Parts: sequence; C-alpha cells; structure tokens
Amino acid sequence: MTFEHILFTIEAGVATLSLNRPEQLNSFNAKMHGEVREALKHVRQDAEVRVLLLTGEGRGFCAGQDLADRNVAPGSEAPDLGESIEQFYNPLIRALRDLPMPVICAVNGVAAGAGANIPLACDLVLAARSASFIQAFCKIGLVPDSGGTWSLPRLVGMARAKALALLGERLSAEQAVEWGLIYRCVDDVDLRDEALKLARHLATQPTYGLALIKRSLNASFNNSFEEQLELEKDLQRLAGRSEDYREGVSAFMAKRTPSFKGR
Amino acid sequence: MPHTLAVQTLDQVRLISLQRPQALNALNTQLLGELADALAEAETDPGIGAVVITGSARAFAAGADIAEMAQRDLVGMLDDPRQASWQRITAFKKPLVAAINGYALGGGCELAMHADILIAGSDALFGQPEINLGIMPGAGGTQRLLRAVGKSMAMQMVLTGEPISARQAQQAGLVSEVTQPELTVERALQIAHAIAAKAPLAVRLAKEALLKAMDTDLASGLRFERHVFTLLAGTQDREEGIRAFQEKRRASFTGH
Repeated sequence: MTFEHILFTIEAGVATLSLNRPEQLNSFNAKMHGEVREALKHVRQDAEVRVLLLTGEGRGFCAGQDLADRNVAPGSEAPDLGESIEQFYNPLIRALRDLPMPVICAVNGVAAGAGANIPLACDLVLAARSASFIQAFCKIGLVPDSGGTWSLPRLVGMARAKALALLGERLSAEQAVEWGLIYRCVDDVDLRDEALKLARHLATQPTYGLALIKRSLNASFNNSFEEQLELEKDLQRLAGRSEDYREGVSAFMAKRTPSFKGR
Repeated sequence: MPHTLAVQTLDQVRLISLQRPQALNALNTQLLGELADALAEAETDPGIGAVVITGSARAFAAGADIAEMAQRDLVGMLDDPRQASWQRITAFKKPLVAAINGYALGGGCELAMHADILIAGSDALFGQPEINLGIMPGAGGTQRLLRAVGKSMAMQMVLTGEPISARQAQQAGLVSEVTQPELTVERALQIAHAIAAKAPLAVRLAKEALLKAMDTDLASGLRFERHVFTLLAGTQDREEGIRAFQEKRRASFTGH
C-alpha cells in the first residue's frame, strides 16, 4: 500500500507504520489521519499481522497537530477543537489501544502535544536517547488530549503528571524511562534495530494470548479488584481454548520449542 | 427451515440466531415472521425450557429494514404485517434471554427489550435512532425503554438518537450483565440452562407475575402474585421441590 504521509509495510507478521512528514516533524493533518486510519484498519483485518510497530521518519517522532492545518485567523470564529478530537484523535487512540495485538512505539525524536500522548496508547514504548516528550498543550492555552490526562497520572503519578502538563517542559527519554512513562531508552543508532528485534520476537509469540493480556491490563485501571478477578477468569477461559495454549503445553511437555500460530 | 435464522437445540434450551449479516440483521417482515414462528415452536415443544436469542458479533440487530419501511404510506403502516409478528413475540410465555453483541439499534433495541433477561457484550451499543429518520420507535421503544432506564435517559436516547454503551445500559438497568464479547452467548446459554432446570410451571408463572409489575398498580400486582403463588400449591413439582430441599438432594421436575 502506498500513502503520501505515512510509510506502511508488512513483513513476516510485523506491520510497520512510520509517520512520514519529516519536514513538519510528522505533525498530523487531516490527510495523515486518514492514511493512519486506513493502515490501522488493514492491520486489524489482516490475520497475518501479529504485531504493529509505530515510528516516525526524520528527526522527530510526531509534533502533534499541524497548527498550519488549523485555521484560526484573528477575528474569525472560534474553532471547535472537540470536533477534531472526536473525529481524528480519539478514534486513533482507541484504535491503537484496542488492536488485538501488541503495539510497539519507537519514538525516534521529539514527541510533542498529541505526539507525546500517542505513544502512551501503545503497549511497549522504546525511545531514542535523543528523543524527548513535551506536553506542549499548556503553552498555547490547550489541555493535553489523546488520552494524556488519563495515561500520565497512571504512569508517572499525579505530582509528576501535573508538572508535565502544567509546565510543558521537555522530558528526556532517559528521564521518561526513570519515571516509568516508557519502557526503554536506547542509543539513537540502535532504535530501529532494537524495535524491530522486539517486534519480530513478538510476531512469533501466541498473539491471541498477548491480545488478551493487553485487554486485561488495559482494563485494570478502571476495574475494582473483584471485577478484575472476574475479567481474568473470563479471559483465561478464552485463552485456554486457543490452539496456541495447546501447542505451548505440548511443547513444554515434549521439551521442544513451541510453534505458535497466533490463534 | 427459516431463511433468516439459525435455530439450534442444546438440551432444554433453544438458541435462535438472527442471520441477515449483509443487513446487520435488520428486522424485515420475513425475519420477524420467522422469529415469531420459531418462538411459537419453542413454546409448544415440551422439551424446551428457555430460549436464547442472539445476533452476530457485529450486530444483534441494527434496526428495521428501512428500504422495506420506506415503501409503506400511512395506509400501508396501518396494515403493517410486522405488527402481528411483534405481538406474537411479546406473547411468548417461556423465559427469553437475549445475548447482545454489537449494535442493538431501533427495532433491534426493541427486540432485545422483549427478552426477559438481557446479557450484553462489553462492545454492545443500545439506541433508538429512529428520530434521525423523521420517525420514532414503533415496537415498544418509548415504553419499555422508559421503564428500563428511567425518564431522563429514555428521553435523551429517543429524542437525540444517540446510543448508549453496554456499561451505561447496565448501570441504568437495561441489561443485567456485561461480559467479554466472546462469552456473551455462552453466558446467556448458562443462564437459560439454569432456568430450564427449574420447575416449568413456577418459571412460567413467575415470569408472568414479573411482567405484571410493568403494567399494573402495586395492589393488583400483589393480588395477581398471590393468585399464581397459590396456584403452584396444586402442582407436583412444588411437592418435589420442597421435598428435595428437605432431603438435601437435587429436585427432579416434571412440569406437572
């Protein structure tokens, strides 16, 4: 599939989606949103795809919304930003969170605004050492969107979440790891390789079970302890019926390497 | 064989699946007719103790068949053959459990509300979007919905056409349980099997008494309850149920 603002490939179970407006630090315009949506729809429907890798081209990961695409001339009517959230960002965040497979995000450079929060909707976030996260919204009178106000306090605690959101200061990749915002930080030159290595590993794993793990962890912030125990029961019931579980157990008993099909 | 349904018998439970996938199970005249027939068949079959009705993973039923409805003018609506099917569905006497995944909109939401027990997948959506087409709910949507979710939510749903989620539906009391979407039908079947193992006469009269509460005043409802409660005193299954309880064993009901 060819797109104008993203690169999208599928190879050996790994779908790679790279934001590709490097001159604009991969900021989103309507067309890029449309292309990402189409690619994610494909990822969802293609049974061969077992992991998604999301990254960006050039020196930035994503600078959020392309403000040039939002026409707020002085004296003109106030825009309905809620409309753009409803139409573009919320569906994107939901799509990433709900994909029935692990989503790896390789943050290759600056991640600002919505671009800082999109990785937080992914499952495993790697960042280049030179990358940074900036909740830039407060600088222009806006509120962190794309799930930021939900994810941040859960990942780094309320005190740090408020500092990040109210000050809009740059958070280095290393600091982000230390704070628990992301999983790992690697040298810039190694980012692609490390992310791909992780993706290729996950593409050989029991994808269906991984999807259920993702579902249970995603639900845990909203559930009570009792509800979560119930959910674990139901998801384990489903997992226990998968081909991969049978394969996993018989490989373990036979002391051989399992060959998972992802279902 | 019905064309728009798949009907299975699983021990004492009949599972009816709506099957018009190309139309998201839109309820046309044929489907409603076949559904009413299938329920009538389950009702007269002494081997069946409860019925589960479901749709697909994407849609329980996304509404009425709009193309079909568009052809009817005022007089056509007066003679709408679907009305007779709805009445037959409403009159079904055995317990009806709905397993709802995906869209339950318009007629689909109304059909779900015909069930005695509603089990929803966490991705289910309930709504009455008729208002968007310049019409309104016509199969109980303004009546059963209000009784289930209360006035404000019912008004909001019917007047804006905006759907509610499975969780909202549970909080409001429209559905009794929300499950993982893959387990919705299984859970509904479990409940149906549990009911089918009870004394059939007691189940039937208890259902009737509960439905009475929807359309009568408390005093009349209590009087009705007392009548049917007394009626059960004449059944063999009551004797068996009480004796089994005293003897600490599982009751074996015959329906007499």
